[in-house]
Parts: sequence; structure tokens; C-alpha cells
Amino acid sequence: MEIEDLGFAYDGTWVLRGVTFRVAQGEFMGILGPNGAGKSTLLRLMDGLLTPREGRVLLEGRPVHTMKRREVARHIAVVPQGQAVDFAFRVAEIVLMGRSPHLRTWSFEGEKDLAVVRRVMEQTDTLALAERTLDRLSGGERQRVLIARALAQEPRILLLDEPTAYLDIRHQVEILNLLKKLNNINGLTVVAVTHDINLASLYCDRIVILDRGGIRADGRPGEILTTQNIEAVYGVAVTASRHETTGRPVVTPRVGA
Amino acid sequence: MGAYTSRDTFTNVTPGRIGRLCLLMGLLLAAASFASLFAGTAEISVTAVVHRYFPALPFLTGDLTEAEAAIITTVRLPRVVLAAVVGASLSVAGVVFQALLRNPLADPYILGISSGSAVGAVLGIITGAGAWSVGIPGLAFLGALAAVLVVFGIAGRDRRLEVNTLLLTGVMVNAFFSAVILFIFSISDHLHLQRALHWIMGDLSLADQGGLSYTSLILVLGTVFLYLFSRPLNLLVMGEETARQLGLAVERTKLALLAAAALITAAAVSASGTIGFVGLIIPHILRLALGPDHRLLLPAAFFLGAAFLVTADTLARCLAAPTELPVGVITALCGAPYFLFLLRRRLRSSP
Repeated sequence: MEIEDLGFAYDGTWVLRGVTFRVAQGEFMGILGPNGAGKSTLLRLMDGLLTPREGRVLLEGRPVHTMKRREVARHIAVVPQGQAVDFAFRVAEIVLMGRSPHLRTWSFEGEKDLAVVRRVMEQTDTLALAERTLDRLSGGERQRVLIARALAQEPRILLLDEPTAYLDIRHQVEILNLLKKLNNINGLTVVAVTHDINLASLYCDRIVILDRGGIRADGRPGEILTTQNIEAVYGVAVTASRHETTGRPVVTPRVGA
Repeated sequence: MGAYTSRDTFTNVTPGRIGRLCLLMGLLLAAASFASLFAGTAEISVTAVVHRYFPALPFLTGDLTEAEAAIITTVRLPRVVLAAVVGASLSVAGVVFQALLRNPLADPYILGISSGSAVGAVLGIITGAGAWSVGIPGLAFLGALAAVLVVFGIAGRDRRLEVNTLLLTGVMVNAFFSAVILFIFSISDHLHLQRALHWIMGDLSLADQGGLSYTSLILVLGTVFLYLFSRPLNLLVMGEETARQLGLAVERTKLALLAAAALITAAAVSASGTIGFVGLIIPHILRLALGPDHRLLLPAAFFLGAAFLVTADTLARCLAAPTELPVGVITALCGAPYFLFLLRRRLRSSP
């Protein structure tokens, strides 16, 4: 996936401009940046939900916003930050909805679709939740269900909007380990927007730091998660050290200095 | 893992289950229609009627006078069919409006269709129906279409229909047309006023062959069309952005479904006046009973809505006979308490 000189504006105010980078097949990528840096907008542009004001997002050489939604959904799946729960679909039915881009408008799910759903629910450990509704699930369970639905689309690229927000550290690690496994075993490309610098450092092959609608840094965690970059973007004093076992950067705020 | 291998784990919506549901609901409708056909001030023997139309059946005797036969075929039968068609139309449209607007308070009248058609009908009644070649139903239909066009025209922007804007526009158009109706009332005489009020309360005695066939045709075509989109409707209730991410061309689908539901509603209202409550309560009852999947909800709404209005009309004709009660009063009087009962039971069963 190629992002070329991408720009987007809401009501005449640029929220993203001159953004260029490439997502390689099989990459595990993190997008960092302070609130309002344009992360969510970037994610929606990458999925073709928004039409760029400038530049374009290319999926296998074609501008994604001009493609049919059905076709995009077979390549790219999104794990949203939240999901409305007012209508009481059961977990299995919600995951089954992920088969939608592979079905005709009026057709029923076939044996193959059920097999795919069964497989992704095993992978995400959600089979035991099949009969429940979303409002009866914990934050971590709900996140796994939404990942299962995305996987049921059999996408090549998975986009996640703050997948670890509102989760405790055990569930954060659980979700990220799951994503890492899918990335390693299935060769799934993973792009996650996140606020957690340290988890991004530990799990991502590559990180893009956005700041005020542009790219501040792009590279391996070890290269770009520097005190200088973080302080410039977030405006707080930090110290960067090395993680004990992986040697990757760990960034902590400098308190009381 | 064995417990998780069956199809039922993932979806209980199969063609077989839909078929059984339709059969059950169809029998319910048949029973309601049968009862309605033989209930009324003129007591007509059931066996006599069956004997007349199916003389080959054994053990049935009885004579039917020509007058009795006429009551059955030209008075009661068209009325039962109209009640069924209108009930089915309003509940199918109600299911779709609630899903598309993602609002449990939505009903088929929320976008101003009822008040638009009421303006048309009331104008026709006040000025004398003979003055208009299309008749009262035609005027009501035109009024409904005008309301829908106004709402879509105002709420649509960049070829998109935003749900909250639609709702607000609908409420405003309803308020405006209601004021127009009150204005017309204030300047019209007593006799016309009575007839206009009767229309607004809903009147199934209006059944005429021509109008009935149009309304039925629109209902059947519209329902089949909507049913083809029942899986996409499931995606839409999860939210429009989610539906888009799952591969649905949301704006196009939404416009087509809203237009179809509006057309069905307009046809039903033109034929019978504004009968309230059916389009609100039947979808809710079915969601409580069957869950949120539209592949079950739509066919069930078709049959149950029909059976419900046929029964309500039977009661409206018989409860205070020979006086006829407005059928809309019956629908609300029976429907609201039953709905509250269901709601209460569901609240108690959840932890």
C-alpha cells in the first residue's frame, strides 16, 4: 500500500498534508502522534472512507477511494475503536457479518463462510463467547470479537484504531500478542494507530510519528523513538532507555526534574 | 469443540427456519382473516358460505341468501384484504425505518409521509373529491410523495442522507403539515370536518377495488425488494461506518431502501388514512421475540402486521356494534399495554 503526498481538510482546515509513506506486505506498523495529529483521519483515508483532497492512497496500484466498497473490504479490514451495541446481535452473528464482502447482496452464508468464521473465532479465542451479545462482554473480549470480524473478511491488511485503549496491561499484551501471531503466521499486514509509545516500540517493525498533519519521523523504533522526537511532538520532557530483553527504546516522562 | 461445529452456533437464520416462521405467521393471518370475515352485525353461517363456494365438500349444508353472499364478497372480503395489506405495509416499512434511522421511536410516519398525505386527503375532502380526477387516495398519495421529496431534498447534501438531519427534517415537515391541516380545519364547515377527521383517524371502509390492487402491488414488490436487502440491513444497524468497512455501498443502499419503505407507506396511507401504532409496535414485538436479524424480521412483520390490523379492524367493527370505532384507537389500546408487558418481562429477565 502506497500513500502518496496525501492531504485532507475539514472545512478548509488542513488536518493532513504532504504525507507519503509505503506499507510493505507483512509489515507490523504503528502510527503514533499526539491528539489531533491526524491519525484517525489517516486511517480512514487508508481505508478509502474519505476522499483525499490531495494525493492518493494506492492499493495494488489503484486509488482506494475510487474502488468499490466490496472490493476494498476484501483487502482491508478495520478494527474500530468502538462499536454500537444497541441492537442485540450475538457474537457469532457479528463475526459472520465479516463475510459480507464475499457474499452477494441477497445470498446466505455458505459452508465455506461458516468454516472461515469458525477458524477466526478459534484464532481469537472467541468461540466460547459465540452466544453472548456485545454489551455483556469485557473490553478485551469485545476487542477480540471485533478482530475476529475483521479477520473473517480475510483481508491482507488490518487497520486498527487504538486497539489497546481502555484495556489493562494484561489485555493490552493479549491483544498485541494476538496481532503479532497473525502477522507472523498468516503474513497479515498490521497497521495500528496507538497512544502507547512503549507497546508500539516493543511490537512494531516500523513506526510513523505524525505531528500536526505531517510526518515527523518514519523508521524502526530504535531509530526514531528518541528523546528529541518525542519531546518535540508531545511537548513533555522524557527520558529514553533500553528495554531489558529486546533492547528497544522505552520512553518515560521525566518527573520532578 | 464438538458443540461448536453445528451451523446453529453461528447463525440460527436458515432458509428452513424462515420458511417455518412464514408458515406459522401465515396460518395466524389466515385465522384472523377467517374470523374477521364472519364477525359482524349480519350473522352469516360459516358452513353455508363454505358450502356455497366449495359445494364438493361433504357434511356442509346451509343456504346463503344473495344479500348475505354480497356482504361477504363485496363488503367484508375487500375490507379484510385492505386491512391485511395496510397492516403488512406499515409494519414492513416500520422495520426498515427503525433500522435505517437507528432509532427505536421511528415509525413509517416519521418522515412526514402521514401528514403530507393527510394534507392531500383533507384538501380533497374539503374542496369536494369530485373536483379532482385522481380522487382522495390519489391526492393523499401525491401529498405523501411531496412530503418525502421535501424531506429528502432538504436533508440530502453531497448525495448523502444523514440520519439525524433526516429525523429533524421529518419532524419539522410533520409539524408544518399538521399546522396546515389545522388551518384548513379552522375554515371548513362541520360536515366536511367530520369526514376529514375520520380519514385522519384511519378508515378501512374506504376499500375500493382499484386502489386496493395498486396498494397490494406496491406492497408485494416493495417487500420483495426490501427482503433482498435484509442482510445489508443487518450491517446498517451496526452503524454506517461499520457497514461501509464491511463492504456495503451505504449511501446508495440507504437511499434505495428509504425510497422503497416510503413508497409502501405512502400507498398504505393513501388507501386507508393514517392508522397509527402498527408500524411502531409490530417491529418492536418481533425484535423482542425473534432478535435483530432482518431475514426473519421482514417476513414476520409482513404476516404479523397483517394479522394484527385485520384483528384490530374486527374488534373496531364489533365491540360497539352497530357503531364502528376508529381502528387506530383499537391498535393503540391493544398494542401499547401488550408492548409494555413484553418490555417489562424482558427487563425482569435481564440481570
